[in-house]
Amino acid sequence: MKIMVPIKRVVDYNVKIRVKADGTGVDLNNVKMSMNPFDEIAVEEAIRLKEAGSATEIVAVSIGPQQAQETIRTALAMGADRGILIKTDTDAEPLTVAKLLKALCAEEKPGLVILGKQAIDNDCNQTGQMLAALLQWPQGTFASKLALSSGKLAVTREVDGGLQTVELNLPAIVTTDLRLNEPRYASLPNIMKAKKKPIDEKTPEALGIDTAPRLKTLKVVEPPKRQSGVKVKTVGELVDKLRNEVGII
Amino acid sequence: MDFSLTAEQQSIRDSITKLCAKYDADYWLRRDDEGGFPDDFVADLAAGGWLGIAMPPEYGGSGLGVTEAALMMQAIAQSGAGFSGASAVHINLFGPNPIVVHGTEEQKRRLLPPLIQGKDRTCFGVTEPNAGLNTAAIETRAERDNKGWVAHGRKLWTSTAQSANKILLLARTTPRDKCRKSTDGLSLFYTDLDRRYVEVREIHKMGRKAVDSNAVFIDGLPIPDEDLLGEEGRGFYYLLDGLNPERVLVAAEAVGLGRAALQRATAYAKERVVFGRPIGQNQAIQHPLAQSWAELEAANLMVFKAAALYDSGQPCGAEANAAKYLAAEAGYHACERAVLTHGGMGYAKEFHVERYFREILVARIAPVSREMILNYLGERVLGLPKSY
Repeated sequence: MKIMVPIKRVVDYNVKIRVKADGTGVDLNNVKMSMNPFDEIAVEEAIRLKEAGSATEIVAVSIGPQQAQETIRTALAMGADRGILIKTDTDAEPLTVAKLLKALCAEEKPGLVILGKQAIDNDCNQTGQMLAALLQWPQGTFASKLALSSGKLAVTREVDGGLQTVELNLPAIVTTDLRLNEPRYASLPNIMKAKKKPIDEKTPEALGIDTAPRLKTLKVVEPPKRQSGVKVKTVGELVDKLRNEVGII
Repeated sequence: MDFSLTAEQQSIRDSITKLCAKYDADYWLRRDDEGGFPDDFVADLAAGGWLGIAMPPEYGGSGLGVTEAALMMQAIAQSGAGFSGASAVHINLFGPNPIVVHGTEEQKRRLLPPLIQGKDRTCFGVTEPNAGLNTAAIETRAERDNKGWVAHGRKLWTSTAQSANKILLLARTTPRDKCRKSTDGLSLFYTDLDRRYVEVREIHKMGRKAVDSNAVFIDGLPIPDEDLLGEEGRGFYYLLDGLNPERVLVAAEAVGLGRAALQRATAYAKERVVFGRPIGQNQAIQHPLAQSWAELEAANLMVFKAAALYDSGQPCGAEANAAKYLAAEAGYHACERAVLTHGGMGYAKEFHVERYFREILVARIAPVSREMILNYLGERVLGLPKSY
């Protein structure tokens, strides 16, 4: 079985981001970029399935500018076999990404696509679900455990109030939650080997997908500074403040 | 001029940083309190192939340069592991270089893979109590016998000799009065540290308790012929090749530890509120930290300039020495200021900066003193008369 893992290049989670002065977006100049942490979990899970003998090949896919190739190399250094870069300089929206991945699935015919549940830059949490809908494949989102046996994939999902296990026929879509696994760090020999693994480049045009944005960003602003709170001594005082000062009860 | 890292160098730094994150400040505090070699940390590095970063690929290494090795060692020190972490593996990166450069094919096949895999651990038997930085004056001697060589003598400041099973040993094989120059007649061996003939006594010291430094007494250590590296009598010159990479690595480590100290000091200066304001709002606190940032970054540029020169096969003596000097001073200032920024808390072990402060002194003293570096620069770069 072939596993496809879409990965996104995002601002590193350690970076304190700044909004551009003109309010058109986040300043990405000289900012450290990394693989989306949920996608790292997806790569790790694919590698574990391969190590367990359940998968034969892992293809890491990224959609973005030329530099997204570095993110693919990171996945290759972790243990993915080859990469595909769909090169575009427009900031692809989730539906566009899902369409591109659908077109790629038609070429690659993976048995399983594992995606991060969301990217930490825009927190959309849409791509996996949209891809499942477009392909009409079963989906197991927010996965915290995968178990593959006799062609069926049992996915334990983190849902409100507990865990839910669904059984999917393959091919299927899985999106990863935080507790699925702890991603490995690449060993030095694997970083060296990754340089020699192939990365194909494709364009959205060649896949027949229009990447023009459907949404227009009006304004990006910093979240308001959190005001310091007040301490109340009694329940009575709290109720009084909520009723008379804040006016919510 | 391009000062940015390649994608590969970036992943080297990221991977090492992630590996080091498992060994947090409390881990190194415990190692420093209780002593005991960080075996688990070194085993993790060996498993990740890191010990072979600068060793040839034919023997299981990755064949990278001083630049990458410096990035790796800097990331280790910067993680808070400081010299406790860096010194635990430092010798493995360039110590075996004489084997790579001067060893026979048989020696390379026999000696390098176990080092890279972390199965062999080596120590560096060069420095002696009666010679100091005047390496040509060492007194340890190796004499021929019918089976090979027999060594006698004393070595000092031999790090990791408590647990090492191999030693890179410099010994005089032709008496000094029979040599044309004092630097002739020394030979380099890489051999088993056979404790039946070698006594290793730990030196109690100011910092870096986890990584032992020792006085080594060698009494009749037999050395087989196949453990002589290169030509007899050329050992001193073989060691010279390794001096510049070692200086670059120590410098990179010093910048790393300085950055760790600065990071702790800055975080504390933001958090600690006295007289109704964070202490970092006071210029008396803020300016020394800002100055340290500038000093560390400037030293770092010299470190990677020296590394780039070495990796491209150009002379780098002046730059490597200057980098070691600048980085040790910048690191020392950063660590001292980190203690002072913490006030009384800086004196408490649980805030970690006092450990950094004790450790950073190693970089000012070793592998060569500030004074000898300035002698080198004065003489070789500025052309002034030799002063000693």
